[in-house]
Amino acid sequence: MKRVLIGILVIWASISAAYAQSTLEIVITEGQDSARPVAIVPFQWLGEGEAPYNFAEIVIADLRRSGRFNPIDTAQMPGQPGKDLDVGDYAAWGRLGVEAMLVGEVSPLSGNRFQVTYELIDPLRGQITGGTAQALVDGALINSNDHVIDGRSSVVSPSQFRQYSHRISDVVYEALTGERGAFLTRIAYIYVDFDEENPYHLMVSDYDGYNERVLLRSPEPLMSPSWSPEGNRLAYVSFENGRPEIFIQDIYTTERVKLTSFRGINGSPSWSPDGTKMAMVLSKDGAPDIYVMDIASRRVEQITDHWRIDTEPYWTPDGKSLTFTSERGGRAQIYRVDLDSKRIRRVTFDGEANLGGVVTPDGKGMVVVNRNNGQFHIGRQEYPSGNFQVLTETSLDESPSVAPNGSMIIYSTTYNGKQVLALVSMDGRFRARLPSRDGEVKAPAWSPFL
Amino acid sequence: MQLNKFLKTLAVLVSVATLAACSSSPDEDMDSSSSGRTGSEQTDGTRGGVTTGAADRMQSPEEQRQQRYAELRQEHIIYFDFDESTVRGEFAELLTAHADYLARNPSVTVVIEGHTDERGTPEYNIALGERRGNSVATYLRNLGVLSSQIEVVSFGEEKPLARGSSERAWSQNRRAVLVY
Repeated sequence: MKRVLIGILVIWASISAAYAQSTLEIVITEGQDSARPVAIVPFQWLGEGEAPYNFAEIVIADLRRSGRFNPIDTAQMPGQPGKDLDVGDYAAWGRLGVEAMLVGEVSPLSGNRFQVTYELIDPLRGQITGGTAQALVDGALINSNDHVIDGRSSVVSPSQFRQYSHRISDVVYEALTGERGAFLTRIAYIYVDFDEENPYHLMVSDYDGYNERVLLRSPEPLMSPSWSPEGNRLAYVSFENGRPEIFIQDIYTTERVKLTSFRGINGSPSWSPDGTKMAMVLSKDGAPDIYVMDIASRRVEQITDHWRIDTEPYWTPDGKSLTFTSERGGRAQIYRVDLDSKRIRRVTFDGEANLGGVVTPDGKGMVVVNRNNGQFHIGRQEYPSGNFQVLTETSLDESPSVAPNGSMIIYSTTYNGKQVLALVSMDGRFRARLPSRDGEVKAPAWSPFL
Repeated sequence: MQLNKFLKTLAVLVSVATLAACSSSPDEDMDSSSSGRTGSEQTDGTRGGVTTGAADRMQSPEEQRQQRYAELRQEHIIYFDFDESTVRGEFAELLTAHADYLARNPSVTVVIEGHTDERGTPEYNIALGERRGNSVATYLRNLGVLSSQIEVVSFGEEKPLARGSSERAWSQNRRAVLVY
């Protein structure tokens, strides 16, 4: 049944692709046994006629896609209150097993603007206090609504509705997990359609695939997009001149700068955490080695020097070392080089080979492409324990990129003979696929917090 | 680009077909002209109609070699084993033919494109594709081609010849292409 449903969704996605603004629709492929039930109540519209927007729908999709929450069906809800004062029977919500409920109201203002107010409520605490707890503050007994976990109000115009919905998701996620939400982020990726005159596209969209934009079309390959730490520029490789060159492009102004055009490989750009340097792969001096360029002066420093392949540099969050893939030990494995001492040590040992390493934002782990028995899967290694876990079961997985809060990995995989993007949570429990229209979608790069 | 490649292939095929037609044309001409003469004899009354014939030209060993090389040079692609960049023995003669041509025409340059199948990461495959291209370049240099005549460009897994995730498609995509 699930497979049929997925099939239908895929067909629907490909049919509607030509018309819909979004061409990537998330399909959840695996269960979420650790997901916590929450109630996201449809927001009350206090104006005339139809509600201008369904905020709750976006929040529900965000929270479900995080793999951490399981928003319950609206039909199960005992009511649809718009604010805490209207909830009344907290016990009825408590019995649903939800650990939190989100209620909200939308009221019209002049000039096509809207007041959006929402509250995140703990129904169990509400049940205990009856909604009016009293607390001693500075020696005086005052009413405290400590069952209301968070509550906010903002004036929003229609063009900001979707963005504001993601903002609400961020607030809910952070209040309930203690970890910053990453719903207001973007992904950059490469889309290839060989039937088009210019098959290669550099794309950017919201993290959920909406607001997809083409940043560059080319008759020749585009590769390896990498975000600047401020999230306004991308570095990538373009073959537009018949050979690989690294470019930097401002995603808002479209301003493009060619950064490198050395003889041989100019590849795998990776922006330093402070934004001043670019790690890259050059083969100008022979075999592919790791180099770091100071972006302002264009001065290049060679970091590794080995006759076998060194590639895929990635910065540790402190900016003091790089991880990279090397064949110096035979098969490809991940190594780490200290940029001051140039001391190199191997860090992966599981499986036949490990490639494409990216360090998690907290610096305590690394996500890799693990090859075992000829199969390529996404794996995670903890630092410094070295514990290793394979996270995916899809085919030909590559190009992992981690959400800035470290909760989720987006990667490229092959499904039905095509390259598509997929998501997996950092613990491997939640997995989802992002189907595409005709063509290949690959090389995803998750933006920093925006 | 794909169309371009297709047109190039078509052009090669057409020229091969034309060559084939030319090489066999003397015989055909003879047949058709003799029958034509037979027809015209009766109309214009020419008597004692003669026909001429030509002997096959003797080819020197060098000419034979050049002809074989020219045929071999119609092929521009050599294939590799998985994760390998060693030139397989079966492509030795093909590369010798290209090397011979390049060595005799030092002003001609060639781009060696290195390609891989889709397995492995795109960035790793760029490096592997370059290693394949370099391996072919070394082979040609050892046969007397100048370094200045050769440029290696790796496209990794970005420009597959065959689509799909089968061993058949992969084996076609693991290749180096000589582009003049």
